Amino acid sequence: MPPIISIRDVSQTFGPRTIFKNVSFDIEPGEVFVILGGSGCGKSTLLKQIIGLLRPTSGHITVAGHSVTDDVEAVRKTIGVMFQSGALFGSMTLLENVALALAVFTDLPAAARNEIARIKLALVGLAGAVDLLPAEVSGGMVKRAAIARALALDPPILLLDEPSAGLDPITSAGLDRLILELRDALGATFVVVTHELPSILAIADRCAMLDAKAEGLIALGPPADLKANATDPMVKAFFNRETPQ
Amino acid sequence: MSASLTTGEQSIALTGPLTALGLGKLWPQAITAASKAHGTPLTLDLTAVTVLDTSGAALILAMETAHGGPVTLTGATPRATALLTQLRTALPPPGTPAPKPTPESAPPLLAGAKIRIEFFGATVLALIGLPRKLRFLRGADFFRIADRAGLQALPLVLMLGFLIGMILAFQSAIPMRQFGADLYVANLVAISLFRELGPLLVAVILAGRTGSAFAAELGTMQVNEEIAALTTMGIDPPTMLVLPRMAAAMLVMPALIVAMDVSGLLGMGSVLMFFGFPASAIVAQITASTGPQDFLLGLFKGMIFAAAVALIGCRAGLTAGNGPRAVGEAATAAVVGGIVATVLLDGLFAVMSYRLGL
Repeated sequence: MPPIISIRDVSQTFGPRTIFKNVSFDIEPGEVFVILGGSGCGKSTLLKQIIGLLRPTSGHITVAGHSVTDDVEAVRKTIGVMFQSGALFGSMTLLENVALALAVFTDLPAAARNEIARIKLALVGLAGAVDLLPAEVSGGMVKRAAIARALALDPPILLLDEPSAGLDPITSAGLDRLILELRDALGATFVVVTHELPSILAIADRCAMLDAKAEGLIALGPPADLKANATDPMVKAFFNRETPQ
Repeated sequence: MSASLTTGEQSIALTGPLTALGLGKLWPQAITAASKAHGTPLTLDLTAVTVLDTSGAALILAMETAHGGPVTLTGATPRATALLTQLRTALPPPGTPAPKPTPESAPPLLAGAKIRIEFFGATVLALIGLPRKLRFLRGADFFRIADRAGLQALPLVLMLGFLIGMILAFQSAIPMRQFGADLYVANLVAISLFRELGPLLVAVILAGRTGSAFAAELGTMQVNEEIAALTTMGIDPPTMLVLPRMAAAMLVMPALIVAMDVSGLLGMGSVLMFFGFPASAIVAQITASTGPQDFLLGLFKGMIFAAAVALIGCRAGLTAGNGPRAVGEAATAAVVGGIVATVLLDGLFAVMSYRLGL
């Protein structure tokens, strides 16, 4: 089966500053793939490149067979995105947030849209909060609702930017479990940007580690392998929570 | 291939991809077909379903609910069965009450009045305690606010003043000409501008530009918990945020009124000169019909209007609710409240100046 996301020799510079250069890896369908690394290594930049919000300085990204550079509209139809802050629309209830994409992109009647949105929210454990506004729910619930919104049209790929950031360990573990359940139930591919080590070890099938100092990819593989066998001092330090030698 | 259904005796067969993008027409047909079978056993045949996403699964669950009785599923793939099982587990039992959002209706009249009185009291207390809290004031903030409220409003005030002076002159010249009193247009416009229109119009501009900006800025701070942060740091929000805005608005108001008066007179003068009156005659009429008390009364009224507009704008912002909608509502409340308060105060001044013979 061909990779669902293919990243080839991608570089990003902002003026004289190089964020990363010549990054290449593939993401397979149905896997939970984690992009990790320290602050400022370019994790979110790479995510923006995959969504088409940022054009790479050089290199090529293909998503579900479509080039991000040439056909970004087709790419976006295959991707649901959960932004770091949730980015829910504050004046809409959680149900309305999820139903928005259904109203815009499908010809479903209103009752059907609401029923589907209700089920998506139930799927992320928010069946009892459908009529609440984002300001009236907790941070963890906002992130769950943002995942439900990203799931609205059942895209084959879900990109989650820092889903566990700022959450307590119990909520964070619940979110990790949710990601795995959704992957199993929907068969979707998850690309998760995070630097939360417990989450990485819990959910990732494979991960790619970026490093600001090396200006690029320094490790690629299953997290358990990287934790046990990595030779790169930064990778070893990251997975063992140490200061690099 | 689009999704479709075939109804048989006690069975419904679904065909094609059951995904969000292709269910629009099928959904009502499927629900109707399932409800028609109410009371009899129903079999849903999914053998010919090529893809089933959560929207498709939602349709099957909705059909089960519409039927209301035992439904047997046949031909479902293991993945479809797993998805349906997961959704059934996730959904709450029917009839489970869900919390509703806090009503967003405006507070009752009495509660609204209480909020306003409390805010006014807090501002008065901040003013009284100001000598002890001078460190809370930031000069840069004051000058930034004064610049935005005053200097940046100047072109608008000049343009509106000139146009209103012209319009008043044109409109009043026609009836006054019938009595041969064209030149008295200068008296009429000058008195109107100095005593009423100058301060009133500038206050309306201030409410629209500055009052709304105060409400939006402070409302955003409220939504972002910056006001709570100030309070917990021991910094009194009325002292740091309200007093500089009120002072800046009161300070720029006389300058804007002078600009409005002068540009209005120039507009009126240009019309009268167009009618053939010499500039010296127009100036003589203005100086003869108005005195310093008219001009000063206008400035004094304007400063009171400015204080009211600034206070109402700040109050709307600091008492804003949650979310982006609250910021919009605060800005609207600031403009409406500012204009209404200005007109009410103007009425009060009219009665007072009549009583005092000013």
